[in-house]
Amino acid sequence: MAVKSDTRVNWYAATWRLPMLVWQFLFFVIPLAFLVYLSFWLVKNYRMIPGFDTVNWVKMYAKGYFWDAYYLTFGMATLSMVVTTLIAFPCAYALAFKVSDTTRRWAIFFLIIPFFTSYLVRTYSWQVILAEQGVINAVLSYIGLGPFIMLNTKIGTLVGYLTLCLPLVVILQTFSLANIDRNLIEAAHNLGCGRLRTVFTVIVPLAKVGLIIGAVFCFILSFGDFVSPYYLGGSRPPTLSILIIDTTKSGQQWPKAAVVAVTMIATLLVVAFAAVSAAYRKRA
Amino acid sequence: MQKDKGSKILRPTRRKLLQYTGAAAAATLFTPFVHRAWADTVELNILSWYGLAEPDMVEKFEAANNVKFKPKYYAGGDNMLAALSQSPAGTFDIIHTDAEYARILIERGDLVDELNAADYPFDDMLYDDFTKFPGHWKDGKLYSVMTRFGHLGVSYNKEHVTAEEAMSYDVFWNPKLKDKVGHFDWHLPSLGQISLLNGNNNPSPFDISADAWAKVMEKTLSLKPQVKGFFDYGGTFASLKNGEMWACVGIGDWVTGVLEKDGAAVGSVVPKEGGIQWTESYSIVSSSTKKDMAKKYIQYTLSPAGQVRSANMKAYPGFCVTKSGQKALQGQSPDEAKRTGQVDGAANNPITLIKEGHIHYRDTPKQQSLEDWNEFWSEYKNA
Repeated sequence: MAVKSDTRVNWYAATWRLPMLVWQFLFFVIPLAFLVYLSFWLVKNYRMIPGFDTVNWVKMYAKGYFWDAYYLTFGMATLSMVVTTLIAFPCAYALAFKVSDTTRRWAIFFLIIPFFTSYLVRTYSWQVILAEQGVINAVLSYIGLGPFIMLNTKIGTLVGYLTLCLPLVVILQTFSLANIDRNLIEAAHNLGCGRLRTVFTVIVPLAKVGLIIGAVFCFILSFGDFVSPYYLGGSRPPTLSILIIDTTKSGQQWPKAAVVAVTMIATLLVVAFAAVSAAYRKRA
Repeated sequence: MQKDKGSKILRPTRRKLLQYTGAAAAATLFTPFVHRAWADTVELNILSWYGLAEPDMVEKFEAANNVKFKPKYYAGGDNMLAALSQSPAGTFDIIHTDAEYARILIERGDLVDELNAADYPFDDMLYDDFTKFPGHWKDGKLYSVMTRFGHLGVSYNKEHVTAEEAMSYDVFWNPKLKDKVGHFDWHLPSLGQISLLNGNNNPSPFDISADAWAKVMEKTLSLKPQVKGFFDYGGTFASLKNGEMWACVGIGDWVTGVLEKDGAAVGSVVPKEGGIQWTESYSIVSSSTKKDMAKKYIQYTLSPAGQVRSANMKAYPGFCVTKSGQKALQGQSPDEAKRTGQVDGAANNPITLIKEGHIHYRDTPKQQSLEDWNEFWSEYKNA
């Protein structure tokens, strides 16, 4: 006897899904569609003219500085992701496995505190710390070192990215590691697996989803960030988000700025999809 | 017990009842007056550069005219145009613009109102050009009124650069300033200054041939090894103050003046190749329903009291445009008048500098498009 497939709509589940779908449609799909459409408009006498012309795409993609900014942004975001993940992992490992519950709770509370203040304010405070006459160089001068140039360099930008991403990545990694079944770790130890080998062959694979999600969040936030490359990197050279600002300053060239923005979103979508599929890929 | 207390409240004494009734009657009688007082407060929506609607500029006018300013701040003329085009008609009553963007507003035809020149003290202006400022008039009709201005030249750290060295834009290429030169991140003032250094002063550093433009680009690119960074308003302040930047292209006293008054060893000069003038003006939005109040505010900014406030504006100071304003400044803020050369006989007197041909009005490019200049700026930043 053939079994009838259940084609009835599960209204209960649909109701719970609906707000997210509506939200995504209203605040992501529609603005994105408009942004794509805007990239085909023209600008004449400082006025945007609706239309469908590929000239903005052709012109922007033909510019060497666009690709320079693209590779720089991608490279800096990748560097930020790698450095943040590497710094965050030992912290998250310690919080997940080596401290008491109370200490972990307090640590997570302190990791959340930076989000109470504006990211811009935190970035400005880094200027005071990183400047040639700033706090770090003042301390180093006592032992006869420096001054080191950190502000308005790529190091400055990276420090800004870490300020933005590190607390979040540590929290994500901590939750991911804390949810690992301790019996599996103990089993590995009982079978003679060393501490380091346990980390890389048991803990990291089991926490893979959380670790990748943390890394991809870091990439996304760094890739689109305007504040750090501008205020700590001195806009030298500019990233794609700075290029968007620059482009709008040339007589209402919002369609060309839209080309940059759409390229950024497309890149992030590819990276996010690749990361999520890597996270959930089953081991052969 | 609870029941007793409740019943006392529900059954007040005769005295209490009279008190409550009196209070209710008074509230009923006075409510219309209170409401009318609130309703009469006019909300004036202003689109302007940062600081123009802060208390140090508008509080006296607000108190005297029962007005409340509601500002939307922008940075850069393009952002002003964007804010305007993205807002429905009637959003703004008054627009504060750079003169070169006032022209664009006016050319659009339907954005700003024609003004009556007789309503403004043009006979009191410090310089004839200010009454017929380029771009403020179209077909003999006035649309925008100049209220303040300033000069852009070489801004420098006095501990590392001497006043003599600062008297030429060549100082930016001085080897001791390697990695110590900053740019205000806007192409027009920086490229205009380098155009002046290349000798493009007739008719204007912004009205240059293709050959001259190519040389400006070449000269600008040669500056890149000296450059520390490209900064916005806040970044420029911070970098000059914390010693990251010893000289800055594209700014003037509007930045260093604020720092100087705060005790920083920085200053600005108009170098021998000439300086660039930023000019700010007000227009009344055509769709405004509060045009009389907007006009009254423009008149106030041109009054001696308004001019003194503008010259001392906390966000960034600007020169007076009227004789009576300058005189009031000399009386009320003599130090500031002296510091900025707004006294007779000063070598850096802004009007003297203009009359001697040292100053060129900032403008959009005449023989190239604004896009050409901006694209080069992006290329330069990436070089």
